[in-house]
Amino acid sequence: MSLTNIRNFALVAVLGFLVSACATGGKKRSANDWYTGTDTVKFLAAGVPDRVFFATNKSGLHTASKSTLNKQAAYIKSSGISVVVEGHADERGTREYNLALGERRANAVRDYLMSQGVSGSNVTVISYGKERPVNPESSRLAWSQNRRSVTVKAK
Amino acid sequence: MKKILVTLFLILFTSKSFAVVTIDITRGNLEPLPTAISNFYIDNPEKFSEKIKSLKLEENLPKVIKGNLMRSGLFYVLDNKSYIQQPKLSHLKPRFEDWRLIKAQIMVSGKLRIDEKGRLRVEFRLWDVVSAKEIEGLALFATPSSWRRIAHIISDKIYQRLTGEEGYFDTRIIYVAESGPKTQREKKLAIMDQDGANNKFLTLGNELVLTPRFSPNGKMVTYMSYFKNLPRVYLLNIETGIQEVVGDFPGMTFAPRFSPDGRKIIMSFARDGNSDIYTMDIESRRVEQITSNPAIDTSPSFSPDGRFIVFNSDRSGFQQIYTMRSDGRGVKRISRGKGLYGTPVWSPRGDLIAFTKIHKGKFYIGVMRTDGTGERLLTQNFYQEAPSWSPNGRVLIFYRETAGGKKGQGSSAKLWAIDITGYNEVKIKTPTDASDPSWSGLLSK
Repeated sequence: MSLTNIRNFALVAVLGFLVSACATGGKKRSANDWYTGTDTVKFLAAGVPDRVFFATNKSGLHTASKSTLNKQAAYIKSSGISVVVEGHADERGTREYNLALGERRANAVRDYLMSQGVSGSNVTVISYGKERPVNPESSRLAWSQNRRSVTVKAK
Repeated sequence: MKKILVTLFLILFTSKSFAVVTIDITRGNLEPLPTAISNFYIDNPEKFSEKIKSLKLEENLPKVIKGNLMRSGLFYVLDNKSYIQQPKLSHLKPRFEDWRLIKAQIMVSGKLRIDEKGRLRVEFRLWDVVSAKEIEGLALFATPSSWRRIAHIISDKIYQRLTGEEGYFDTRIIYVAESGPKTQREKKLAIMDQDGANNKFLTLGNELVLTPRFSPNGKMVTYMSYFKNLPRVYLLNIETGIQEVVGDFPGMTFAPRFSPDGRKIIMSFARDGNSDIYTMDIESRRVEQITSNPAIDTSPSFSPDGRFIVFNSDRSGFQQIYTMRSDGRGVKRISRGKGLYGTPVWSPRGDLIAFTKIHKGKFYIGVMRTDGTGERLLTQNFYQEAPSWSPNGRVLIFYRETAGGKKGQGSSAKLWAIDITGYNEVKIKTPTDASDPSWSGLLSK
């Protein structure tokens, strides 16, 4: 390993440490609290799950979420339907911030669907913030199920 | 809404002598002041119709004053069964030794008349029992049906005389009344007097409504509604009931508040996953973008002089509180403690910012100075947020939710108030579950 490589390696290590240090500065369970189960999931069409889940305060898409959205994109394109992506947050944030967070999540999904060839004019978004939980319990499981986007057919 | 006629006459009693008794409200946990509130006496009973008699104003008016003073935590109103002197003599020529005997330090007395125009005339006097002096007096006229407002104005007068600061009893609260299961919550705008009386629903519950806030003169409300499934900021005239959408935004607008002059609404507009802060001039409809940042910028609140804005943003990666000049320049992060900070609201006195803090799974209501120093957490709970200031900047009202068990059982939302000293936490009674309270300014101002 050359000197530069060692320096770069050290830099990466330090940056990595900083990122994880920041992540624990806020809510503890910030990185890996995605819901991965199927309990609340419904279907947009046969074999096309209607929702994806998010980590606390995040709007990034999990690999599993992308696979769900690929199916949604294929279905939307083949059927020609328009959809509404609803963005939701759990109850552990302030109401107004959660409205913005729900909007950010719904748009992350919309952007991904568009990246898969869905026309933007076929996808609208709406945020419900923390107003429409799917699971009314106050538990980590319920919160992870409530941090979601749900794709529904436009009326 | 019917216009309420209240005429104030600060006359009659010139003997504003020096009061021995005072209350220092900047200290916490002080001993409440032992107070006697005599029943008021009726001066011309022959003019009291059956309907007015049935209001039992001689008892109920002092009772409303008692409720106000007790809830403030600064007064302890003694049980009127212990009072020796009759209401009429108490008002005309109190025997101070009788009141000293029951350890009262101040005494409130009053007289009720119906005048030739059919108006209710209420005269009250505030007595310093310790120094045997009258220290405040006031006569008010109103339609008999608005007697509660008279009681609130008198309460404010007493509070002001003894603390040296304006009161907050002649005020109203607008909030969101909640019912139904958590997954399909029904929400209505509701308005009530500060003490919970005269509760009225302003919307039917057909669509979600959130975060109502009073205009500075208390006549308008701005709030967010999901009318026709388009989440937008609305403006409602409480007197006429007329409502309209604010601005013509191609996406969600939310988190509205009035500017201190009542001319603008400040709010967030979300587009393509990004929320920024905007203002709209109500009359000219001119829209101005204040922040432009890829992060979430929301919950804006003006300083009382209109020169600054406080808001929360996650531009650092996590929700924190920032201030800036009203043109959006000079952004400074002011929250520095551990955890997340949101819902900042500038005190009407200008000196403090109230906020919600989330740390290690707990929610706190706190205050800090406008530069972020002097952070004090007033109360900790499972979930609480959205503080709103009393007009004198001494009390915060907010809402608190309890945790839901299986199927959400046991979860509830209620309004609470706490002094900025951190003492005197009280639940505000509402007919239904309640959230998102906003405190009006003084109505008679």
